[in-house]
Amino acid sequence: MPLMLPLPLFLTNGRVIDPSSGLDQIADVLIVDGKIAGVGKGLGKPDGAEVVHAKGLVVAPGLIDLHVHLREPGNEDVETVASGARAAVAGGFTAVCAMPNTDPPTDNQAAVGFIVKQAHQARAARVYPIAAISLGQEGKQLAEFGELVAAGAVAVSDDGKPVASSHLMRMALSYAQTFGIPVADHCEDPTLPRGVMHEGVVSARLGLRGIPAASEEIMVARDLLLAELTGGHVHLCHMSTRGSVDLIRRAKDKGVRVTAEVTPHHLTLTHEACDGYNTNAKMNPPLREAADVTALRAGLKDGTIDVIATDHAPHAYDAKEREFDDAPNGIIGLETALGLGLTELVAGGVLTVPELIDRMSTTPARVFNLPGGTLAPGAVADVVVFHPELKWKVDPTKFHSKSRNTPYAGRELLGRVMRTVVGGATVYDGREQ
Amino acid sequence: MTERPLGKDLLGLEPLSKEQIQLILDTAEPFKEVSERVIKRVPTLRHKTIVNLFFEASTRTRISFEFAARRLSADTVNVAASGSSVEKGETLVDTAKNLEAMRIDMVVMRHPSSGAAQFLADRIRSNVVNAGDGTHEHPTQGLLDLLTIRDRLGRIEGVRVCICGDILHSRVARSNIWGLTKLGAQVAVCGPPSLMPREVSSLGVTVFKRIEEAIEWADVLNVLRIQLERMQGGFIPSVREYYRVFGVTVERLEKAPRDLVILHPGPMNRGVEIDSRVADGSHSVILDQVTNGIAVRMAVLYLLAGGRPELAEAAKRE
Repeated sequence: MPLMLPLPLFLTNGRVIDPSSGLDQIADVLIVDGKIAGVGKGLGKPDGAEVVHAKGLVVAPGLIDLHVHLREPGNEDVETVASGARAAVAGGFTAVCAMPNTDPPTDNQAAVGFIVKQAHQARAARVYPIAAISLGQEGKQLAEFGELVAAGAVAVSDDGKPVASSHLMRMALSYAQTFGIPVADHCEDPTLPRGVMHEGVVSARLGLRGIPAASEEIMVARDLLLAELTGGHVHLCHMSTRGSVDLIRRAKDKGVRVTAEVTPHHLTLTHEACDGYNTNAKMNPPLREAADVTALRAGLKDGTIDVIATDHAPHAYDAKEREFDDAPNGIIGLETALGLGLTELVAGGVLTVPELIDRMSTTPARVFNLPGGTLAPGAVADVVVFHPELKWKVDPTKFHSKSRNTPYAGRELLGRVMRTVVGGATVYDGREQ
Repeated sequence: MTERPLGKDLLGLEPLSKEQIQLILDTAEPFKEVSERVIKRVPTLRHKTIVNLFFEASTRTRISFEFAARRLSADTVNVAASGSSVEKGETLVDTAKNLEAMRIDMVVMRHPSSGAAQFLADRIRSNVVNAGDGTHEHPTQGLLDLLTIRDRLGRIEGVRVCICGDILHSRVARSNIWGLTKLGAQVAVCGPPSLMPREVSSLGVTVFKRIEEAIEWADVLNVLRIQLERMQGGFIPSVREYYRVFGVTVERLEKAPRDLVILHPGPMNRGVEIDSRVADGSHSVILDQVTNGIAVRMAVLYLLAGGRPELAEAAKRE
C-alpha cells in the first residue's frame, strides 16, 4: 500500500453502487486519507482534491477475488505477486487471495510474510495469503494456523489438491475456529482414477479420461457433513456441478456454515469447449454440461453460491502447447472476470449490476472477513470505476498478467475498468491504457 | 496430383463423410491385387518420404503401414519413441517441427494421448495419418474392418455389428462406431458396464449387457482385446471371470440364430475374450482383416498424396 497518503479524490456524478447498504443512485464519492469520507449528492469538493467525472460510469467497492494463483515463489516466469497484483487492478480487483500451492508451499509464517512483503512493494492490489492446511500440502500434519494467521494469512487451503483424509479435514475445521478463519477445500475424490475433462458425451467421443461430477460431489457432501459436525466454516472452492449446488443449498437450509465460489469459466463455458482438444479449456474441476452452468447461475443468483472467484491460474506460453493429457489445468481470469460477468450474467439477464458487484466484492469481503467490499464512511477506500457498456475485445498480448492462457481470446466483452483505487490511491488508470 | 479427396490428413472416421469412407474402400480394391503379385511393388508413390512415428509399441500396425508404403515405392523411415529424442524429453511440438524441417511428405503416427494426431496435423504441412491416438480413434483399423465386412457380406448397410469388450479404452471401437454408422450399419456394443464410456449410447449405439443377447442379435461380432492392465485398474476382477461371462465361445455361437462373422483387431488373448476354436474357425475373418489392412493403408496413403481415386488402377502402372 502507498507509503504517503494520496490527495483526496472526488468521484462525481457516477452511478454509485454499494451492495453493503443497498445504495444504487447517481451520487458523489469522496475519499480522504485513504478512507471513504462520504457518499451522497452534492458533496462539496474539498480543496486540492483530484476530481473524477464519473458520469455514465459505475462507482463501486473494488472487486475482491478469493482464489488466485500467483506462482511466487517458485514459478516467477509465469506470474509474480507483483504482476498478479497489477493484473488484478487492471481487472478492477482491489484485493486478491493467493493460494498456497507455490514452490515451496505457503505453509509457515516466513512464507506468509514473504507474500505480504512482495504485495506491499507491488503497490497494486492488496494480496492476502491463504496458507496451507497441511505441512507441504501433503495432507498429513496440520500447519501452524496460529502463526500463519499472525503473519497475515486470511484462510487455509490445500488447493490444487483435495484434503484426502476426513480426519485431517475434521481437525482443520475444528482448529481453525480458534482463529475465526475459513477452511477452503478443493473438492475432488482422489481415489477415483484421474481424468482430464468432464465425463460425459464429449469425453466419450474424444476418448479422453473423464472426471465424473460425483468426484466433486462426494467431497462436497463429506465437507458439509464435517462442517456440520465441527461447527467450522468450510469454504468450497470453484464449484462446478449442479449436484454440488443442490448439496450446498440443503446444507445452508440446515444452517451449516458453508460458503462457496464459482469461477467465471464454469458460469460461461461447457465441456463442448474441449472439442478439438483445446487445452485452454482444460481445467480442474473441468468444464461441465449446460445444465450445470444453468444450476450454477441459479445458485449464484439465489445466494447458494456466495461469490465469483477466478481461480486465476497462469501457465507459460508454451505449457498448453501439449497433448491434452499432458497440458496443465487452468486459465488466467483476473482481467476478464468483470467483463464476463457484465456480458454473460448482467446482459444475459442472470444478475443485476448491484448483484454482480455483491458477488465479486461485498460478499467476498464478508466470507473471508476482509476490509473493503463497502463504501460505508470510514471504510478503506478500495474502489473501482468502470464503464458498464463499453465494448472491448480480449487481446491476451495486452494483459498485465505475465501469462496468456485464456480461452476467451478474441471474445468481445462489455465493461471496461476506468480506474482502480486502493487505499485512496489510484493504482490503475484505464485512460492510460 | 493436387486434388485431395480426404483433405490433408486422416485423423479419424468421425470427421469423414459416408462418401469419403466409401471412396477409401473402393480405392483399396485395386490395391489388394498388388500384394498377390510375385513382385509386390508399384511405382505410385515413388520419391515420397513417409515417417512412421510410433510412440507406443506396435507390431501389426507399424508393419502394415510399412508394407503399404513400400509396396507403393515410397521411402519410409521408422522412428520408435524409445531411444529417440522423445525419450530425452523432447515435446511433440518440437518433434513435429524437426520432422517438418526435414521436408518429409507424410507422417504416420501412433501415440498414447487422445488428440495427438490432430495436434501434430495442426502444426505441420505434411500429411498426417493417425495410426491410433490414445483411446480416441484408429481410423485405418476401422476402415479395414469395414472392408472385411463388405468383402464377406457384400454390403455394410443394414448389417448388425456388435463390438464386444473394453469399449471405454478402445480407439478401435470408436473408429468402428463412426465408420459403421455412417455406412448405415446397425451398431451395438457389449461388455462389462465398468468398461463402457459414460453416455455411450450418445455415440449412436445399442448397448447389450450380456454377450448372449449380442450373439442373438448380431450378424458380425468385432471382438476387442482385453488388456491385461485393466485388472490392475480394477475395472474387472479377473480374465478367468471375463472369459466365463463375456468370452466368445463355440458353445455360445452355436446358439446363434444365424452364422456370425467374427472379427478381432489383434493381438488376440486366446481364452480371454475369444475361444481358440472360434478364432481358428470358419466364422473368423481375422486374417482377412490383416491382409485388407495393407490394401486400405495403401489407399489412404495414395489418396492423401493427392491420388485420384478413379486412377488408382492406372496409377499402379505409372
